[in-house]
Amino acid sequence: MTPGLDPAALAGYSDHPPRMGFFTDTSVCIGCKACEVACKEWNAVPEDGLVLTGMSYDNTADLSASTWRHVAFIEQSAPDGDGLSWLMASNVCKHCTEAACLDVCPTGALMRTEFGTVVVQDDICNGCGYCVSACPFGVIGRSETDGGAHKCTLCYDRLGEGLMPACAKACPTESIQFGPLDELRERAQQRVADLHAVGQSRAQLYGADPADGIGGAGAMFLLLDEPEVYGLPPDPVVTTRDLPRMWRLAAAAAGSLVAAAVVACAAGRQ
Amino acid sequence: MPEADFRSYYGRPVVKETVWGPDIPTYLFLGGLAGASSTLAAGAHLTGRPELARALKCGAAGAISLSMVALVHDLGRRTRFVNMLRVLKVTSPMSIGTWILSGYTPLALAAAAFAVTRKLPRAGLAATITAGLFGPAVASYTAVLLGDTAAPAWHEAHRELPFLFAGSAATAAGGLGMLAVRPGQAGQAIRFAVLGAAGEIAAKSLLLQRLGAAAEPYQTGRAGQLMDISEVLTSTGLAIAVLAGRSRVGAPLAGLTLMAASALTRFGVFEAGRASARDPKYTVVPQRDRLRDVRPES
Repeated sequence: MTPGLDPAALAGYSDHPPRMGFFTDTSVCIGCKACEVACKEWNAVPEDGLVLTGMSYDNTADLSASTWRHVAFIEQSAPDGDGLSWLMASNVCKHCTEAACLDVCPTGALMRTEFGTVVVQDDICNGCGYCVSACPFGVIGRSETDGGAHKCTLCYDRLGEGLMPACAKACPTESIQFGPLDELRERAQQRVADLHAVGQSRAQLYGADPADGIGGAGAMFLLLDEPEVYGLPPDPVVTTRDLPRMWRLAAAAAGSLVAAAVVACAAGRQ
Repeated sequence: MPEADFRSYYGRPVVKETVWGPDIPTYLFLGGLAGASSTLAAGAHLTGRPELARALKCGAAGAISLSMVALVHDLGRRTRFVNMLRVLKVTSPMSIGTWILSGYTPLALAAAAFAVTRKLPRAGLAATITAGLFGPAVASYTAVLLGDTAAPAWHEAHRELPFLFAGSAATAAGGLGMLAVRPGQAGQAIRFAVLGAAGEIAAKSLLLQRLGAAAEPYQTGRAGQLMDISEVLTSTGLAIAVLAGRSRVGAPLAGLTLMAASALTRFGVFEAGRASARDPKYTVVPQRDRLRDVRPES
């Protein structure tokens, strides 16, 4: 395993299970939303508004504190020929290798698990909301009900018992696949090659490259159009990569403030 | 920013708008006011301006106390504010800020208490100097707090924001000095405010220039209005301070104007970040451009 891909080791786990994750193959998603329901049922995530959005069959709208799996529906003209092309994709937390939410959390409530995933410890989170602004995917949200931040845990409780996450278990087409990330990445690359071979030239992997702006995702996707069409950022970069420079500039600004005070006061001595 | 070729999911945001309320821009102003006031107070104290030093120390103590209230009030779970002290993380500007404030606040309160009671002058001097050294950290770390997010207008501006905030803080502190002491005693405050306002104006123009089309959230909508009014107030306050800063009417008028300008700058920057997160084009278009630069053929 590439060292950069082992966030659990970087977090201090010496003897840990392989990094686990999702591969969501949207080419076989049928938009049944079983993943959304299974997630809510298993994790006791509250209902969050039964409204019609007008966005095709998507009445969930986005990921939030109370939605940890979200199925997107995109209606578009078929790329070749007449008719409708209907894209469906189940979105989820990316469990980034370089996770901005975890980096900026001031209480340590967000933590890396031995599986390399990122979870919120609800008994520690004080609802500061910093993670919400830091996530480049708009995944994590703060609950209006309990004031805390919540997101997908990759069913941490199930993983500990050797079970697969509820959404993957419920998916009837194996659009949501769960397993060791290395195996999933190989499977994903094979699937893209197969799709390209049968003429699905738009098939592309998302979040599978460890050299990307988040060090690779723990939840990768096979998409049939550009990421932004699904509401995903095309080239996300973890904000903390620029943090050393930000601290240096802030130190320079602080120094200039001292200099201004010295000038203002020294000039007054004469 | 050009809308061409820009695609999104039903026009919905990609990143989440901050959940922070008006408490946070209020804190950005008050924290800046407090930090810069402590620094100027130390200078005034050391150069024999006790009246100005005392006023600034009291202002800093009041502003940082209100800041604490605003910060705790904004939390989703207020009774757990103390969890901020569980860890110290350099990757979290909020964590670093918490520890800066934990060091600074007691010093600022002590400096004010010693100045008012006029007891223990040596302890007062020590508190004044250490608070004055902590002050610039308090005034500038908040720029990193905003810069270290996925809100496009905040992150893209991370180079200039520290200087914008430091300048804005000095503007406010100088304004407080002009407002709080007899005009004849306000010379240092006037000079500090002038330097701060000049820095603020320079940092803002650099920001707009470097960001180009990505600076749009700072120039349009509610944020644009706030930034425009702030700019007018800064220039007006600056002019009054320079021309009539030592007069009985001019000093407090310039002081109030500059403090208002500083507050509006903070609310303007805050709103720009919110607006940039709401509109997916500020997230998607620059990232698309970046990919095009890396892979020209795709």
